[in-house]
Amino acid sequence: MTDKPQSPPDWRDRIFAALKSADIRQVGYVPDAGHARLIELCCADLEIRAVSLTTEEEGVALAAGAWLGGQRCALLMQSSGVGNCINMLSLAKACRFPLTMLVTMRGEWAEFNPWQVAMGSKTQAALELMDVMVYRVEEERDAAETVAAALDIAFNGSLATAVLLSQRLIGAKRWVK
Amino acid sequence: MSGPRDSGGCNQPRLDRRAAIRVVLAGRSDLLVVTGLGSTTYDAASVADDECNFYLWGAMGGAAMVGLGLAIARPDRPVLVVTGDGDTLMGLGALATIGVQAPPNLAIAVFDNGRYAETGMQPSHTDSAVDLVGVARSCGIDAALDIADEAALADFTRRVQRKEKTLFARVAIHADEPPRVLPPRDGVLLKNRFRRASGVE
Repeated sequence: MTDKPQSPPDWRDRIFAALKSADIRQVGYVPDAGHARLIELCCADLEIRAVSLTTEEEGVALAAGAWLGGQRCALLMQSSGVGNCINMLSLAKACRFPLTMLVTMRGEWAEFNPWQVAMGSKTQAALELMDVMVYRVEEERDAAETVAAALDIAFNGSLATAVLLSQRLIGAKRWVK
Repeated sequence: MSGPRDSGGCNQPRLDRRAAIRVVLAGRSDLLVVTGLGSTTYDAASVADDECNFYLWGAMGGAAMVGLGLAIARPDRPVLVVTGDGDTLMGLGALATIGVQAPPNLAIAVFDNGRYAETGMQPSHTDSAVDLVGVARSCGIDAALDIADEAALADFTRRVQRKEKTLFARVAIHADEPPRVLPPRDGVLLKNRFRRASGVE
């Protein structure tokens, strides 16, 4: 690393601070450009076990196991990954496991790839069908506070929550560089 | 194309599943147990409805990952996942994830009868082409054992207690259906009593 001055924390760093304040000790993720900064921070943190998943539904089960063992787990995924979680969310619902999923949205703002639209346009509805409480973030200034609120209600109330980080917030993926 | 590699185990040595579960849970001490949807849940309950058992009554494909989250959270306790070939096949990626994480206190025992017992004994992929020990080994779990006798199973059970490395055992069992022993199905009850009994609440 060079000794260049660090840039001021952006909203992704503030989301990480919210995870730390909530005592999140396991983070399950599928690599994702929108979550890249947050994943880096989680991997570098000595108190957090960052678990790279082959598919997002593994994360729902991981979070259940973490809670059985007395630890809090959060999941990072893209909107397409929400579709992979649907049946496994029955584990959270049947047992009232606390769960918070941070979801970067695709298939909405200035999306280049139409294949992302099918799941992206149904992500919120799919989560709500499975009784996951959904919060949506459009503005940077709301991101960390919304994540903190979603973690609070999940772990205080034994509920499943998701925060959808809009594609406009993250920035549409650039295909031609 | 060749035909099935080995069919259902007429010629292969196999264990009785209820005898196998008694070996695996004998002297369980501080063992934390996660069982998969279906027969392995009934197997564990047939030994005792221990509050340190967490039974999956759904979430097929999730047993090994519940075990991983638990093993990471509780490095002080041995964690054993007992599940079937069907549950394992539905979540094969979990073996890759576990191979990377490699918690030393996690063991997975797959009771493999090459059948979907719960739905009428239809053949599973392990009945013909798929070798779960090879899959586990290829996922980086090098302590992957193929077990078909009680002595080897008892040795595996002792290794689980030692918490030295991630273990995987494919336990060959007969395709039969002993009488079902049904533990509680209330997920909230199972969760809360597990946390209390294991000392996190």
